[in-house]
Amino acid sequence: MRPILLKGHERPLTFLKYNRDGDLLFSCAKDHTPNVWYSHNGERIGTYKGHNGAVWCCDVTRDSRRLITGSADQTVKIWDVETGIQVHSFAFGSPARAVDFALGDKLAVITTDPFMGAPSAIHVKRVDSESLRDSSESLRIITGIQGRINRAVWGPLNKTIISAGEDATIRIWDAQTGKLIKENDPEAGHTKNITSLSKSADGSHFITGSSDKTAKLWDIRTLKLLKTYAAERPVNAVAISPVFDHVVVGGGQEASQVTTSDRRAGKFEATFYHKILQEEIGGVKGHFGPINALAFNPDGRGFSSGGEDGYVRIHHFDADYFNIKV
Amino acid sequence: MPGKPDFRWGDLGDDDEGPEAVLPPTQVIGPDEKGIKIVTEWRRNDDGGVVKVTKTVRVKRQLKKLSPAVAARRNLKKFGDAVGQNASDNLTVVSIEEVFLERAKTGGGPASAKIDGAPPMTGDLASLGNASLIVCRICGKKGDHWTSKCPFKDIMGAKGFGEKPPEEDASISSAAMPTATKSSYVPPSLRGGVPKGDGDARRGRDENSIRVTNLSEDTREQDLQELFRPFGPITRIYVAFDRETGLSRGFAFINFVNREDAVRAINKLDGYGYDNLILRVEWATPRADKA
Repeated sequence: MRPILLKGHERPLTFLKYNRDGDLLFSCAKDHTPNVWYSHNGERIGTYKGHNGAVWCCDVTRDSRRLITGSADQTVKIWDVETGIQVHSFAFGSPARAVDFALGDKLAVITTDPFMGAPSAIHVKRVDSESLRDSSESLRIITGIQGRINRAVWGPLNKTIISAGEDATIRIWDAQTGKLIKENDPEAGHTKNITSLSKSADGSHFITGSSDKTAKLWDIRTLKLLKTYAAERPVNAVAISPVFDHVVVGGGQEASQVTTSDRRAGKFEATFYHKILQEEIGGVKGHFGPINALAFNPDGRGFSSGGEDGYVRIHHFDADYFNIKV
Repeated sequence: MPGKPDFRWGDLGDDDEGPEAVLPPTQVIGPDEKGIKIVTEWRRNDDGGVVKVTKTVRVKRQLKKLSPAVAARRNLKKFGDAVGQNASDNLTVVSIEEVFLERAKTGGGPASAKIDGAPPMTGDLASLGNASLIVCRICGKKGDHWTSKCPFKDIMGAKGFGEKPPEEDASISSAAMPTATKSSYVPPSLRGGVPKGDGDARRGRDENSIRVTNLSEDTREQDLQELFRPFGPITRIYVAFDRETGLSRGFAFINFVNREDAVRAINKLDGYGYDNLILRVEWATPRADKA
């Protein structure tokens, strides 16, 4: 396959997101401007100008009309996808790290970093258009986690919120009351910073990637550890194939150590594992730095990776990918 | 009017011999409802004869359905920085190089971390492809194992390696356990094979370089790796190739991490029969104490 290289960012990529139809690809980077691209040919449609800091995360509504972005400039902004007009901006007292629309796109969960003495927090906001006019108060605020919360997503039927972060613990919260329901078994869990979390297409399980060089698959309701995938380098990004029993894990050497070894030793490749057998299927190379973001096209026929090198690479699988026998 | 060429006298050149000199135009029939298209071409071959070429082609049309929402988004107006960008900005480039999903080597356990580039040391050597090259000098068996791994080495070892010095045993044990054999670059600070405190071995990478001559022409780096790796970690293998023919010029250099491994390799493989040729293995830069 010949990947499409997108050079729309000047700084390392932080997050990639396909819309539900898979025709649009949103990219966030440490430069201040998220981009949107056609996923089939890599043509840039537009940029969302207005943030004043690194953009850490984004999400798009089911109907692909609204985009939400969380940024280190302590704001979370909602945009009109097709025009790039800012619809709303939530201001926080600390940098926003993760954003995720709930089912129905009426609520969003936002995490904020510990900053100036304030602890990290998980906020739940109403984001439907009526509520945005009235007030921008948080519906619920969950605190009590040490360190950054790198990812927070909604559980099944919006009943729970799953969070993971620097303290290497995955937690399930009651979305209604904000009470802690479950923590993962520390024996089975990660030992270092959890860098990424990605749900399966049906939302029944999710995968986490960690600096401890593993990715782990969890049941979203019971928080039972299902599988562990051993990588050779710290994992920065994970994604689950919507059509096959494949997971893709990306990462690489930490940037500070890149100069001490050659490029091959960095292992800047997206590695495919069989989801159930935990066996490595293969790797896709190409980036010149660690992979920070991965996303599967919802049709399962391609995936995108974003790296520390500032490039997004859109891959459309060759025919033989669909005949892989493990 | 298919079948008959549409022909005019005025189209003829002076040196043409008549209406026969003008080739009929290419004819396309179909595609019919099954997608079969017949293309009839007329060509002149080298001898001046006219050749009729009929190709039958099946035309397959792939229909990709788009949801209405996607179809409506196909032609969005550009906004933000995308306004006014054009192809010369090179924001979107299709990679020139073909990238493959490189299949992992099979045989590892679940999610086992494999050493990059190192073929499995255990298992039958026949799978490595050059089984015919492997001849055990102790038991004489072909393609099964290296001499150093011969199961009969304890019984028959004495006659096989007459010229070998007493450090033979140490070499066998190290050959059986290839520990830190990585072909990829390992920074000096991370090299496991380097003995701590032995400054001499660290100092001269080039001094652990050995020269192998009288190699057969089709010997590749890979073959040498298999031949020499059992002695210890190798940092470099260089096979001299002829620029024009692409064949090996018959000699190669191999650098070992450890000097002792190089010594063992020389002792064992100098005079070793490899691919019907007697190898000559010696230090690449003859040293005073060696010469």
